[in-house]
Amino acid sequence: MRRVILTIVGTIAGLVALLSFKSHLPTAPSASVSTAGGSGSTSGTPAPSSSPSTVPGEFPMGSLAGKLPAGETAVTGHVATTVYGPVQIQLITRNSKIVKVAVLQQPMNTANDIQIGEFAFPKLIGETLAAQTAKIDAVSGASYTSAGYIKSLQSALDNGA
Amino acid sequence: MTGGQAGRLRHPEHVMGTVVSFDVPSWARGPLGEAVRWLHWVDGTFSPYLPDSDVSRLGAGEVSLAQCAPELTEVLEACAAVSALSGGYFTTTPGGRLDPSGYVKGWAIERAAAMITAAGSAEHSVNGGGDVQCVGDRGSGQPWRIGIADPLRPGTLALVVAGRDFAVATSGVAERGPHIVNPHTGQPATDLASVTVVGPGLTLTDAYATAAFAMGSGARDWVESLDGYEAFAITSRGANWQTSGLRAYLT
Repeated sequence: MRRVILTIVGTIAGLVALLSFKSHLPTAPSASVSTAGGSGSTSGTPAPSSSPSTVPGEFPMGSLAGKLPAGETAVTGHVATTVYGPVQIQLITRNSKIVKVAVLQQPMNTANDIQIGEFAFPKLIGETLAAQTAKIDAVSGASYTSAGYIKSLQSALDNGA
Repeated sequence: MTGGQAGRLRHPEHVMGTVVSFDVPSWARGPLGEAVRWLHWVDGTFSPYLPDSDVSRLGAGEVSLAQCAPELTEVLEACAAVSALSGGYFTTTPGGRLDPSGYVKGWAIERAAAMITAAGSAEHSVNGGGDVQCVGDRGSGQPWRIGIADPLRPGTLALVVAGRDFAVATSGVAERGPHIVNPHTGQPATDLASVTVVGPGLTLTDAYATAAFAMGSGARDWVESLDGYEAFAITSRGANWQTSGLRAYLT
């Protein structure tokens, strides 16, 4: 399981696709963040920098560890420090497949940071999931926050996926 | 930090402001380490963000070119050639100060891949934050498959290109807003949302992608005129175009 998922993460944002999982991909960047309410993080995972919320398009903010159906596992990454601020993510896996990626922390210092987070994270998360279905070896594209994302993703895997 | 399929070694390295991901045969741990050291040396020498780099000191007039690493002379001469070939759309002073990053990343990654080839590997890839050099194929005679991210539909791929011994580079609007300036107007290039260039080596493929993005709609004819290079672009309005030879890379 670990080997399979590490393969996915090995190349930036892209990642080998070994799996045939059908994901709910985000289809558009969203300008608004709607508050979903509910409880915050659980079981020792650091708190997200804002209350849990969801950007339309399968972009959960905040830990999902406390609300998983049977058979799914949450793996939380270390905080990755980037020049823009801390990034931390959580992977949800089922049967060796990444089924969801949640963002626990992202740079939120400026309005621009927030806008980037709304644009970049769904994009990178979507690419990770899309890579699983398109059977590709890597993704070519322009991205800036990839580094922090991948660092955090990698550490989530290192932590026990 | 590493994992992957049997017989393969994958390694993401945080360097040059991005992550460079290696996919190499598992015996190639030594050459991989050598390639990683090379990338860090390039970062320290060429980064415009490090005040002590040769590029920063040369740009500030603190040293002469002769006092810098000889590779800097090589890079600046090559940049001048690309600038001439692209009608000035490629520049080493995009923000008004010396910054050859538009050339250096692709060059450093192509050379890193070549170091692993020289050590005996015929099947590996190096992906520098979205700009990819593929050597040989991905194994078992299968071509490498590179997804091209759709900049207008986050999380989706616009296209998949497949090939052997090839490079794929994409220039686009950065997540922090337009970052490639049309040197002729001084304004950010806005015709295209992204342009992907496919070619043999990442050095020129990446530099051409940068020039093509600055060029905008005129890039189609320009890349068409370049022997051995093809392009795929998504315009800001969501349309797309490709050069005539791109079909050879489509599956």
